[in-house]
Amino acid sequence: MGKILKHMKPYIIAIIGIVAFLLLQAVCDLSLPDYTSNIVNVGIQQGGIENAVPDAIRKSEMDKITFFMSAEEKSQVLNNYSLLEKGKLSQSELDKYAKEYSEIKNNDVYTLNTDDKAIIKELNAIIGKPILIVASLEKDGIAALQKGAGASQSLANIPKGTDPFLILSKLTKEQLQGMQKAINEKFATMSESMITQAAVLYVHTEYVALGRNTDKLQTNYILYSGLIMLLIALVSMAASVVVGFIAARVSAGLGRSLRKDVFENVVGFSNTEFDKFSTSSLITRSTNDIQQVQTLMVMLLRIVFYAPILGIGGFIKVLSTDTSMSWVIGVAVLAIMSLILVLLGVAMPKFKSMQKLVDKLNLVTRESLTGMLVIRAFGTQKNEEKKFDKANTDFTRTNLFTSRVMVIMMPAMMLIMNGVSLLIVWVAGHQIDLGKMQVGNMFAFMQYAMQIIMAFLMISMVSIILPRASVSISRISEVINTKGTILDPQEPKEFYKGLNGNVEFRNVSFKYPGAEDDVLSNISFTAKSGETTAFIGSTGSGKSTLINLIPRFYDVTKGQILVDGTDIREVSQHDLREKIGYVPQKGILFSGTIESNLRYGFEAATEEDIRSAAEIAQAVDFISEKEEGFKAEISQGGTNVSGGQKQRLSIARALVKKPEIFIFDDSFSALDFKTDAALRRALNAKIKGATLLIVAQRISTVMNADQILVLEEGQVVGIGTHKELMENCEVYQQIALSQLSKEELLS
Amino acid sequence: MSKHEDNIKREPRKQRQGMGGPMGMKTQKAKDFKGTMKKLIAYMKPYRISIIIVFIFAIGSSLFSIVGPKILGKATTKLFDGLVSKVSGVEGAAIDFGYIGNIILILIGLYGISALFSFVQGFIMSGVAQKVSYKLRKEISEKINRMPLKYFDKTTHGEVLSRVTNDVDTVSQTLNQSLSQIISSFTTLIGILIMMLTISWLMTVASVLIIPLSVIAIALIVKRSQKYFKQQQEYLGHVNGHVEETFSAHSIVKAFNGEKKAIEQFDNINDTLYKSAWKSQFLSGMMMPIMSFIGNIGYVIVSILGGWLVIKKTIEVGDILAFIQYVRQFTQPIATAAQIANVLQSTAAASERVFAFLEEEEEVKDSEDPVSTDNVKGGVAFRSVHFGYNPENIIINDFSADIEPGQRVAIVGPTGAGKTTMVKLLMRFYDVNSGDIFIDGNNIMDFKRSDLRDIFGMVLQDTWLFNGTIMENIRYGRLDATDEEVILAAKAAHAHHFIKTLPDGYNMILNEEASNVSQGQKQLLTIARAILADPKILILDEATSSVDTRTEVQIQKAMEHLMHNRTSFIIAHRLSTIRDADLILVMQDGDIVEQGTHENLLVANGFYASMYNSQFENEAS
Repeated sequence: MGKILKHMKPYIIAIIGIVAFLLLQAVCDLSLPDYTSNIVNVGIQQGGIENAVPDAIRKSEMDKITFFMSAEEKSQVLNNYSLLEKGKLSQSELDKYAKEYSEIKNNDVYTLNTDDKAIIKELNAIIGKPILIVASLEKDGIAALQKGAGASQSLANIPKGTDPFLILSKLTKEQLQGMQKAINEKFATMSESMITQAAVLYVHTEYVALGRNTDKLQTNYILYSGLIMLLIALVSMAASVVVGFIAARVSAGLGRSLRKDVFENVVGFSNTEFDKFSTSSLITRSTNDIQQVQTLMVMLLRIVFYAPILGIGGFIKVLSTDTSMSWVIGVAVLAIMSLILVLLGVAMPKFKSMQKLVDKLNLVTRESLTGMLVIRAFGTQKNEEKKFDKANTDFTRTNLFTSRVMVIMMPAMMLIMNGVSLLIVWVAGHQIDLGKMQVGNMFAFMQYAMQIIMAFLMISMVSIILPRASVSISRISEVINTKGTILDPQEPKEFYKGLNGNVEFRNVSFKYPGAEDDVLSNISFTAKSGETTAFIGSTGSGKSTLINLIPRFYDVTKGQILVDGTDIREVSQHDLREKIGYVPQKGILFSGTIESNLRYGFEAATEEDIRSAAEIAQAVDFISEKEEGFKAEISQGGTNVSGGQKQRLSIARALVKKPEIFIFDDSFSALDFKTDAALRRALNAKIKGATLLIVAQRISTVMNADQILVLEEGQVVGIGTHKELMENCEVYQQIALSQLSKEELLS
Repeated sequence: MSKHEDNIKREPRKQRQGMGGPMGMKTQKAKDFKGTMKKLIAYMKPYRISIIIVFIFAIGSSLFSIVGPKILGKATTKLFDGLVSKVSGVEGAAIDFGYIGNIILILIGLYGISALFSFVQGFIMSGVAQKVSYKLRKEISEKINRMPLKYFDKTTHGEVLSRVTNDVDTVSQTLNQSLSQIISSFTTLIGILIMMLTISWLMTVASVLIIPLSVIAIALIVKRSQKYFKQQQEYLGHVNGHVEETFSAHSIVKAFNGEKKAIEQFDNINDTLYKSAWKSQFLSGMMMPIMSFIGNIGYVIVSILGGWLVIKKTIEVGDILAFIQYVRQFTQPIATAAQIANVLQSTAAASERVFAFLEEEEEVKDSEDPVSTDNVKGGVAFRSVHFGYNPENIIINDFSADIEPGQRVAIVGPTGAGKTTMVKLLMRFYDVNSGDIFIDGNNIMDFKRSDLRDIFGMVLQDTWLFNGTIMENIRYGRLDATDEEVILAAKAAHAHHFIKTLPDGYNMILNEEASNVSQGQKQLLTIARAILADPKILILDEATSSVDTRTEVQIQKAMEHLMHNRTSFIIAHRLSTIRDADLILVMQDGDIVEQGTHENLLVANGFYASMYNSQFENEAS
């Protein structure tokens, strides 16, 4: 895990950038509901008038309103208004103002001279109630006054139709105070927001009286808010695209760097590590697993980071909208989470067993494919079909169960979401009734609620995927954390010059890591340059293991191997392997051309070198049969050439290198007898002075070697020439007799 | 709400498509979309009643949830009106909570029914999907056994396997989710359109106008990202190929000091992969933000128009809110449309492959009036047999031979010479192009295939054992054999002793690769299996290498025992076997070039003689 984090280091700034842009996106996404709610509240409900502070008002009306204010309040209000007196205005100015307020021709008009939001807010608090008083006076005339004044006898007998304001101006101070007290009581039950909403209605009528085009005002407001909303949406989109951009680069970059690291590390592995992991597992780890992590990273950066930001932001917004309703969100989140947990709890065990059932299905199918000949030969098709049917039934049953559990998920989730909306409407309805919130806020609240629920959903979805990806992560870090066990010495020695490829084993023992018994024990021999040393023995006798020790695919457990007198662990692996031409058991080729494969060990080889190597390896015939000759394509894994051809090419590849030591690890068994013989003849004729080490199965392959080592159970049980061994080595005789008749062996 | 609904609905699909990005760009195209879909529909016929019910419930479910916002709109209007009149100081004005409460109750009912319907349709549909995929898989598995072997010469096991699992799975998933998704999106789209029209035709027209916008946006992104996606897949393939190659050949890489070159090459492709990977990821990730922006444009348009219409008193506040919700829902089916189109494409491609497989040519039917095999003695005759794996390349030309009951026939030749071809013809895994093969004078075409194959016993070098106990594996030769008979056969095959030394003995379970017994032991088990089957004619493939000396001797003894008094065909590698044969068939490049006894052939001094001699040529000579 730590190693993976290390790979994230170069991207710290990018990740910080992502978080920053996600914050921006969250701010935008969270303020969108505000605007949608404003469009409803102000744009539609209040006719585009935001608050009780009119931006223009007739002087006569303003006077009425200020009448119900304290002197202090009055001056504060009037300070923020400028008076347009029709007498003092020039004709052109008058015409200009008249366009907006046609009433200016008959009346002086106050206009608001500030757009400071804080001041307007203060003014809104002051002006709301007086406006309501004036509004009710204007609506109900003197009756309102009478009602408001309550017990005040002096007003009771004023005839209807009298201008209430005329009366008011004549009232005594005590009377006025009494009345104000009564009015205050009436408004006490109304919240500020409701007062504002009510006052807005008055402002609206005032605007009409002023001759303003209120419809236009409303449309403009909606247009304006819509535009801002779009702008915010645009920013949100941009932020999200930027996040997508960085996230894509970070995750692809992480994938690249992990892949590189894993690949480079694995290339440094010795056979021990390859055995430990198995080649196919290493391949999956460096391909699929890394791809998994890459995909997870995108999700992590785009969703996992975003969900909490959005969730917390939503919560803050909800709290600021109305604290008393946040419990609804809690209920919603709880309901959704428990739904998911219950369903997963029920389905998870089945999900887990699903993979096994798929494997079983695959296994049975694969068996019936690979065993087709046998099945048909024994006529057991029905038996196979029965087996398949069982696997199929088990799989189908489990699959049906899990998919039905998942079927519950969707409708239940929808039901919860819809239920939450309804709950919000019901609860918010009462809040609205109490004047604690507006209809628009209710919708904003609903949207926040959904955003929060979505955030939780995203997190829970990811938490399902996360364990799967974490398996990949640990599989990758396992590879990265494993270091190759075969390393170059700190100060590598050089080989002695002048010697050419003598190989000596001194009391060599070898044991596979973790194994109890030695595969090879106490082996000593010398293979001289210019001679052929052959190894023979039954499977598991350790002959392949033995020669794999020479290029240091494994290191000896005891004893030492010397090449030209130097312990092979004291020189660099590169130098050692430069001396060796290795031909594996199975012909392994690389994708490319025949030529690129032959050049693999020695890039600078001449055309001549390549041709002659191919000749010795008996490969010229089939190469020249190909249209492109040496330029013929080799597909990945060498699937377009036969096994024998692959083997011959891999022999030629080793020849091109012109090494001092040749190692043939049972390389001739894929060849027919004839090619085998021709090849060995050519080898003997053309390769002079090199050390030949040959592992073989066929007696005929080793018969003519200068020295034959017979191995059994990791020990040398015979050493000598064919003739010597036929006389004194029982194991050798056994092997020989199983392959050839007595006469042939002695001929 | 609706927006979220679709978000969740899409989630499982996204997961399923894995790294395909939101648009699932791994789509493979079917060659004949229409034809395949017709076949698929025809295949579903037995379930039509269930599917009709599913359709009804899906439509019902969407309808019930569609009316929701409209009714909720009434509640909000009421809320709003009550509030307005209260604010305006109307005497006794209050919000009518009785009315709102009723509406909420109605809505709970509606949403509940909608959820129930949705559940019922999902429940039925998943049943249908599972039944269909069960049936498809079953048919494929049975089909495998009826197909001629030549089909499998050109088709890899992997391909067949991926039909059983991946392709059937794709079809099943589509049936499970997409089918009802298509129906409900379609219903939702129409339903919403109607609901929107009942509110205001003007707003409806305006919001429909954003459809082309979304379509263009989707098309643009998909087109671009697809390009990079393909590139990414390609380079991913390169990277994986290089990794596979380097890792599998790591001993060669090491021996030839090729590490540096391998890393350089890797870095190169890795960089290219990185470039296409982030581009495709980025582009496909742009879909969501752009779609939601377009959604917001729709929202603003509706708000503006709605506000204007409220001024004109044509509609009410609640209607706008309902409409806004409809618009949100409206853009979603369009976004899923592209996705569904992709899903349908890959479904068509998958079912095309499945149906193509099911429609493949089968083995020629057995003869109507088969000859009995009860008294077969084991005489085999070939009469001017011609055969080729494909008609242009005839590899057996006019081959004739007579083999008496009890004789041994050795088939020899270099690797890859086609030695098993003869065997395959005898057992009618392949049929001759012309000429005839007789067993005891009866043409093999006149037998029932299963009877014919019963005559033969096979021990191939490529041992086939299955994941099961040793007892089960031996009994495979004759399924009704008793335990005693199985053990007797194992004893005859010299396998009893080693089986006894294994943990659990006869009840030891062979693992999937049967790698918990050695190659030689496997061979002994297959011999025991053949002994149990007690065939009239034997086909043996001699072990070449991979067996240690001691086991090899045992195998030879077991084979000897098996061949006693039986006509046997041996694919021979060992000279001693070859020399002892009554008839040697020498094969080269798939062709029988010579036949005769060892001595005859040496005298003839042809290919056999040269092959035989080459082994002992002195290298120095």
